[in-house]
Amino acid sequence: MDMLPTLWFAVIAVLWIGYLFLEGFDLGVGMHLLFSARNENQRRVMLNAIGPVWDGNEVWLITAAGATFAAFPVWYASLFSALYLPLVFVLLGLIFRAVAIEYRGKGTTVRWRRGWDVALGLGSLVAAFGIGAALALTTTGLPLDANGDRVGGAFAWLTGYAVIGGLAVVGFSLVHAASFLALKTDGDVRSASRRFARRWAPIALLPLLIWVVALQASRGSAVTWGIAAVAVLGGVAAWLANGRGREGWAFVGFGAFLAAGAASIFMASYPVVLPSTIDHAFDLTVGNASSSPYTLGVMSIVACFGIPVVLAYQAWTYWVFRRRVSASSIPEVHPVRPAVRQR
Amino acid sequence: MNAIDPLLIARWQFGITTVYHFWMVPLTLGLGPLVAIMQLMWHRTGNERYYRMVKFWGKLYLINFIMGVATGLVQEFQFGLAWSEYSKFVGDVFGAPLAMESLLAFFVESTFLGLWIFGWNKLPRTIHVACLWMAVAGSVVSAYFIIVANSWMQHPVGVDLVNGRPIMTDVWAVLTNSTAISAFTHTIFGSLGVGGAFLLGIAWYQLWQRRRDGIDTLGADRRVIVGEASDIPGRDRADHGVWLVSLRIGAVVAMVAFAGVAITGDAQAKLMFQQQPLKMAAAEGACHTGTSFSVLSIGTLGSKNCNDVIPVIEIPGLLSFLANGNFTTDIKGINELIPQYQAQYGTTLPNNPIYGDRAGTTIDYLPVMEVTYWGFRLMIGFGGLAAFAALVALWLTRRGTVPRPRWLMQLAVAGILAPFAANSAGWIFTEMGRQPFVVAPNPSGVDGVYMFTAAAVSPGVSFGEILFSVISLTLVYAVLMVFELRLLVRYVRGGVASAIPELDQRNDPDSSDDGPASGDVLAFAY
Repeated sequence: MDMLPTLWFAVIAVLWIGYLFLEGFDLGVGMHLLFSARNENQRRVMLNAIGPVWDGNEVWLITAAGATFAAFPVWYASLFSALYLPLVFVLLGLIFRAVAIEYRGKGTTVRWRRGWDVALGLGSLVAAFGIGAALALTTTGLPLDANGDRVGGAFAWLTGYAVIGGLAVVGFSLVHAASFLALKTDGDVRSASRRFARRWAPIALLPLLIWVVALQASRGSAVTWGIAAVAVLGGVAAWLANGRGREGWAFVGFGAFLAAGAASIFMASYPVVLPSTIDHAFDLTVGNASSSPYTLGVMSIVACFGIPVVLAYQAWTYWVFRRRVSASSIPEVHPVRPAVRQR
Repeated sequence: MNAIDPLLIARWQFGITTVYHFWMVPLTLGLGPLVAIMQLMWHRTGNERYYRMVKFWGKLYLINFIMGVATGLVQEFQFGLAWSEYSKFVGDVFGAPLAMESLLAFFVESTFLGLWIFGWNKLPRTIHVACLWMAVAGSVVSAYFIIVANSWMQHPVGVDLVNGRPIMTDVWAVLTNSTAISAFTHTIFGSLGVGGAFLLGIAWYQLWQRRRDGIDTLGADRRVIVGEASDIPGRDRADHGVWLVSLRIGAVVAMVAFAGVAITGDAQAKLMFQQQPLKMAAAEGACHTGTSFSVLSIGTLGSKNCNDVIPVIEIPGLLSFLANGNFTTDIKGINELIPQYQAQYGTTLPNNPIYGDRAGTTIDYLPVMEVTYWGFRLMIGFGGLAAFAALVALWLTRRGTVPRPRWLMQLAVAGILAPFAANSAGWIFTEMGRQPFVVAPNPSGVDGVYMFTAAAVSPGVSFGEILFSVISLTLVYAVLMVFELRLLVRYVRGGVASAIPELDQRNDPDSSDDGPASGDVLAFAY
């Protein structure tokens, strides 16, 4: 029994779940900005609901990637190089998104703001889809040879599973963001978000459910089926709570849907971290892809100290910014004028 | 084989994305502590001047910060994307500092910066200033961890070779690598130089603009008479102090930073003569073994024929002094070192599948000498230039404002670029000088722990994929650079009022309250 590699597989699963839970609503808010907001004030209400926290949330992704590199270098190397193009698009999406959030409010023209809205919305969409595709493929497999290198060309990853995984994260992010906005804003955005979650949750959560069930059907055990059932219960409870205006419970429920769903996927995949669709002899597992016990031991100490502290101060951040953002809390825009005497 | 080697494109991609990333990073590292000190001063003294400084410089800090974050994502991903063989080879030891950087530094940096940005008027003042200090500390700690990772590539320590791969045996040795300690301190001082020159150049522009608009004048005693202009946003009397103090802080920081850069750089060079002698010989264009430091050499620098390299100005003994602290010990030149490397690491790339078509080709141990030779000199030259300019600036502003000539102002603003150039040149030198190795061998370390760059690239990734990514990333980076510069220029031209709109009397003509915004209106919002 590989104790440390198993522990690190669990740590990485937790990091991905943390990322999808937290950045799920950030990415979803980015997409909602494109089509759910009715006017500039609503867009700013939405954006400022995630304003203080989005950058901290994104670090979960960097940490998931970094921890995979440290604990499972072969997994990191094979997955990232095999998914070269989709991950480049994820990076481009995240770059545009980050810069758009910071820069859109620093100009006053309609053109400037609409331009950055598109960058933010499309960037979020592309990033969510690409990350979903990558995670789906690491559970369902890629055409890898004995050296862990992709065969079959630049688009060998583009399969039905990639599309389902991409849609799963996009769909979940949209619903999760609506639930988050219902909880964190007041006024029109709040009521519209609740309506969105009520109308679209049953459809938008479907791809993630398909991914969960498909994996359970092929590799699940009684325990993982049980966890998958918890996910379904969470989703249904969230939908009902949302309908009754219990926004806090709805948010928790959608979060539980994701956490349990992803946990059932990771647990069903274990001990394979990246299957090869060519030959299962080439599968990457927690055993053959991991770092040495010494490295894993060092990283375990760092994680034992680091992760609880991160959770504590990030939780504190949410406490500090616990007030709802509403139309009236958005300050006026002041144009920046040159401090120069007009001649 | 393709007309262009994918390896070459992958190297260009790493070079472009990393050099670009390291335009944002030194400004973040250099400006952050200065803004944090300004806020601490405001907190301690209650002086309005420091409040304005925090607001203005903090705004520019954030405009730049986000670009560093966005381009930093690429850094974390691209080892796996384009360099999968490298990632597999070094993962056991190289991944750990990257993961520690995320967990112990990036989280702190991003979370507390969010608290700082949105925490105005919301958090108690002490907590608010502490949040900025935490974010700045996160940046510095992240610099440390990433340099630990890079230094392991320069000088692998703390590992054993097991089944052909380095396996970490001593994390403490990795974290306290002599190369890392000297490179980290060198980088921090180099970044402070960037922050100092940034303050100096922009503050100079502001003081010049005040004189040009007739707000500040010189009295009969040639000292400044500070005025105010109610028709120009933010141009009151206090505004003058904001810029004069900023300018002086910038100039002093730039000079202190250069002193720090010189001391740490000397330590680093002495290490490099031991650890990567060929890099230093290439930095020198030192063909023959000797003791002289070349100030200027011309001719064909890349040539192995020593007659093609013509030293024009040399300082006898200085090279020996830089390496050993005396003037007489010979430093090995290229002609002596290359046969040593060939004897130790082979003359051709091994017949191993990871080399692909490159297996069996001759190894060129000499880095691109035009780059190393000039990279080393530009680094020192631009660094020294910036420090000298800072000294001159202090003298020229002794009367409390800047001289009238426009060209002096343009020079001060252009001077912002000098430490950036020094930083880029230094990193290009240190990374190119490591070639043809991606992990340079440690002369006193475990045998066999080194890797040729030719073996590091992802075998499964096609030429077309890498070409696509290098083109798209370069284009996106270029476009975003335009936006960043436009915003920086707009906010600089707006003066303090661009960050504190209440100072612009044309805003809110009917509101007279001077306290924080009323009700639940956010003090800051995107």
